[in-house]
Amino acid sequence: MANSICLIDPAKCMGCRGCQVACKQWNQLPAEQTTFTGTYENPPRFSADTWLRVAFREHDLEDGNVDWYMAKLGCMHCTDAACMQACPAGAIYRSDEGTVNIDEVKCIGCNYCVTACPFHVIGFDRLTNKARKCTFCHDRLVNGMEPSCAQACPTGAITFGDRRQLINRAATRMDQLKAAGNPNANIYGIDELDGTAMLYVLADNPEKYGLPADPQVPVQTRIWNAIFKPLRILVVVAVAFGLWANRAETKEIEQAKKGEK
Amino acid sequence: MIDYKNSDVLMNIGGNTAENHPITMKWIEKAREERGAKLICVDPRLTRTGAVADLYVPIRPGTNCAYLGGLTAYILDNNLYHEEYVKHYTNATYLVNEDFDFDNVTGLFSGVEDDPDRNAKAYDQSTWQYQTDEDGEILTDPDMQDENCVLQIMKRFYQAYSLENISEVTGCPIDTLEESYRLYASTGDPEKAGNMLYAMGITQFSHGTQSVRSVAVPQLLLGNIGRPGGGVNAQRGQSNVQGCCDMGILYHILTGYMPVPQRDAHPNLDAYNEAVPEGGYWVNRPNFMNSMLTAWWPEQSLDVAYQYLPKLDGTDRSHIGQYYRMGQGEVKGMICWADNPAVSGPTSGDKRKYQALLDWMVVVDLFENETAAFWKAPGMNPADIDTDVFLLPAAAAYERNGSKTNSSRWIQWQEKVQQAPGEAKSDLWIADKLFKAIRKEYEENGGVFPDPILNMNWDYGEEADSGKVAMEINGYRVADGQLLSSFGDLRDDGSTACGSWIYTGFYSDPDNPATKRRIAEKEGIGLNSEWTFAWPANRRIVYNRGAADPQGNPWNPEFPIFKWVDDQWEMMDVPDFNANIPPEESAESAFIMLPEGKGRLFANGHGGAGGTSNDSPMPIHYEPAESPVDNLLYPQATFNPISQRWYPVEEHFGEVEDYPYIISTYRVTEHYQSGIMTRNMPWLVETMPELFIELHPSLAEEKGIQNGDMVEIESKRGKIQARACVTSRIKPYNVNGNTIHVVGLPWHWGFMGMSQGDVTNDLAPSIGDPNSTIPEYKAFLCNVRRVG
Repeated sequence: MANSICLIDPAKCMGCRGCQVACKQWNQLPAEQTTFTGTYENPPRFSADTWLRVAFREHDLEDGNVDWYMAKLGCMHCTDAACMQACPAGAIYRSDEGTVNIDEVKCIGCNYCVTACPFHVIGFDRLTNKARKCTFCHDRLVNGMEPSCAQACPTGAITFGDRRQLINRAATRMDQLKAAGNPNANIYGIDELDGTAMLYVLADNPEKYGLPADPQVPVQTRIWNAIFKPLRILVVVAVAFGLWANRAETKEIEQAKKGEK
Repeated sequence: MIDYKNSDVLMNIGGNTAENHPITMKWIEKAREERGAKLICVDPRLTRTGAVADLYVPIRPGTNCAYLGGLTAYILDNNLYHEEYVKHYTNATYLVNEDFDFDNVTGLFSGVEDDPDRNAKAYDQSTWQYQTDEDGEILTDPDMQDENCVLQIMKRFYQAYSLENISEVTGCPIDTLEESYRLYASTGDPEKAGNMLYAMGITQFSHGTQSVRSVAVPQLLLGNIGRPGGGVNAQRGQSNVQGCCDMGILYHILTGYMPVPQRDAHPNLDAYNEAVPEGGYWVNRPNFMNSMLTAWWPEQSLDVAYQYLPKLDGTDRSHIGQYYRMGQGEVKGMICWADNPAVSGPTSGDKRKYQALLDWMVVVDLFENETAAFWKAPGMNPADIDTDVFLLPAAAAYERNGSKTNSSRWIQWQEKVQQAPGEAKSDLWIADKLFKAIRKEYEENGGVFPDPILNMNWDYGEEADSGKVAMEINGYRVADGQLLSSFGDLRDDGSTACGSWIYTGFYSDPDNPATKRRIAEKEGIGLNSEWTFAWPANRRIVYNRGAADPQGNPWNPEFPIFKWVDDQWEMMDVPDFNANIPPEESAESAFIMLPEGKGRLFANGHGGAGGTSNDSPMPIHYEPAESPVDNLLYPQATFNPISQRWYPVEEHFGEVEDYPYIISTYRVTEHYQSGIMTRNMPWLVETMPELFIELHPSLAEEKGIQNGDMVEIESKRGKIQARACVTSRIKPYNVNGNTIHVVGLPWHWGFMGMSQGDVTNDLAPSIGDPNSTIPEYKAFLCNVRRVG
């Protein structure tokens, strides 16, 4: 468990997407070619080049009013991390700072982490055959800086700091939100997956922000981790061989696609 | 903006703080978290500000004056005004001419007359003036009971603005309306401060000045001006637009908000200087004017220098007016600098056509914008266009030195941090070379009137130095070049020179100018008086006599920016009043710029000072020029009868039968202005890739439009296409029993750059407010249909 975490307070999020752009800028991730599909939320899903997205969710209320919720979404850096358990190559590891990171050298491109993640935040780069996701700005952390999303946030919707302090703060905020007429206010990320380094204090139910109500490590991932993973060397070799065989072709296809754009 | 953290209630009306001023939200969130402040968002559409607000109040586009008039009525009817403030600091007690009258059928005040030159009406404002005694002293009724006193006139005038009527006009449910009024009027409590934040959603109407006045009036009634956490806060939509206005960039205003001389009324400098207001601080204007002339033409006599200034000849020279004349073939050339009217101007499709009539055009911008590339626009045939276009690449903000003045009037110096790419040059470099080339041309070949150019002071070095420009703006003594630290030192005898009097002191120490100071406040209420320089005189809150009662006690002991103790003032800010006289005396002129020294609930231009308007002494509800409904408050009124028009109304405006929906235009966080900077930035294009139209599911269903479909939007003036964003956030309004749909479009797109789209302002009408000539972008009519 990380000692330093982020507290995300969507009631203070005004959807400016400063965090979304700051993430791309710090990590030098290329822009995706998007279209307007009828929502402000864009790009539509996580990918190898999009590690942080701001959700824009509208909910019609019975009284005719509308709730329009915005929240930063991305890797939660779970304590009970499905991706780590799914990875057959030992490429996903917990850093000394408690963040969950992918070692791209070790990554064999099997995609298991992508499907195992209950938050669907891991992207896959078909060109390099590597899984990619939010690093919690690990390069900044080890240099004493806060993650770029937290730094970019103007309103305090993303705060970086000591885990215990932020949990206390979340409790205070939850009380404030309840007192302000949000009976469903809750803290998300203390119990979920044994605690996440992205902690939320939500004014409403998690699904309304695009967060799963009860995130779980998939059963098959647990079984795989407990029983088959000890044999992973064999699997690594087999999977690596299979991918290697496919790689040249995939690369050609992807390059052709990029060329078309 | 930091002062927003001191507010108890904030009303965001005609603005969208979260989307267009996101950093400001930091201070609003602080007020909410630390003071329990409430945020009210009044907007036709649930914006990102509305999404985080404590109370969202939907009103039909174009009904701000009705909504705020309703607030004024609510305050008056329920005696919620801050009585001591109103009595002492506003003109509520003043008696107005007995002949002043208002016709609630026609919606016209006394003194109305036809103005055939403008195809509109105009006012003779003599009946709007105060009653005076034989000595010229204004008559008052301190008890505010006289039927001709301002407060009683207002009570009668605002009777029409009842909750029921305003609910009918605005389409806002009556309980929401009342809840918002109750909440905001709670700041009439002397200890509470209410903050009104607005932007272009207030100003961009043919009655824009009335909308602004209708923000100011409740603020005066509630005692919310001149104190921490209060104010009428215009949120500037561009980082240095405040600085531009301060430098006299408007056609009718010189530097420091002095009026541009009129040819007939001010034939010489004496006539101009004699036309100063009768009282208030503006009596010092000759010092400022003459110092400006000395700064520009130091070698000439003041009278000669004055004759060098261009004068207004009665012709409207505003944006729409100049383009109108371009369309008539009267304008031969144009320099368009950091502006993109082919996207941002109203009826921009016509503007692009008019530009084809120019002989030449110079465009200074970061990219080849739509104005420069008008000949490539859809529907234009380059073979038919003879205009020579010169595109000068400009350096971006971080590639040059200079100052920016923000919404708080802070003049913040910014150092260059990187080299501009390619041949891009700073604005100053371009201006300097341009001026020197023009002067050389006049020197060698003469001209009709070369003297103003040949004699112009232009002493900024071989490569113009922004520090030298700043020193001229700051002001100096002519004899020895000593920089001045206060505009109180300026003289009208030619012994001082000053480019813009309100900036005096910002650069008086060339080694350590105040504008470069960066000392953040450690303790205090957020004034940050040692962080850069705020004009005027480093004063952080203007009209700050209003922060304390007439006896000198702060209204709220939490914010003792001025406190009278032991026969002197304890001060946290620079006083905007005479601090050397007892508080009861300075209380008599809390609004120091006005001759009568009182905040104007009733504006009549008394004493020749500003603070008047051409179209109404009290904010009044007129419909937009294109509206689907009649004026429900005044049966024979429609839109502002005094408004500025250029095109025949019947040709330029459409009928509700053909164009049944209200359209409003706006900006989104992800793009900036005409989009020329942001539409070329991939990370931003990714987040907002295309032009879109927001419309309600019920309208979408009626028109067979699905989310993401391509929709055609047509007004009397043009036709464009945009992607559908079907959303319940933009609800239809029930107005007088009819359902009226509203659609909304951002106006960031154009036909150049990485992300391209149609130009929303092709649809917008060219009509202006009669005082400012600002166009009406925020409410007009359209039709929509699905095209793919």
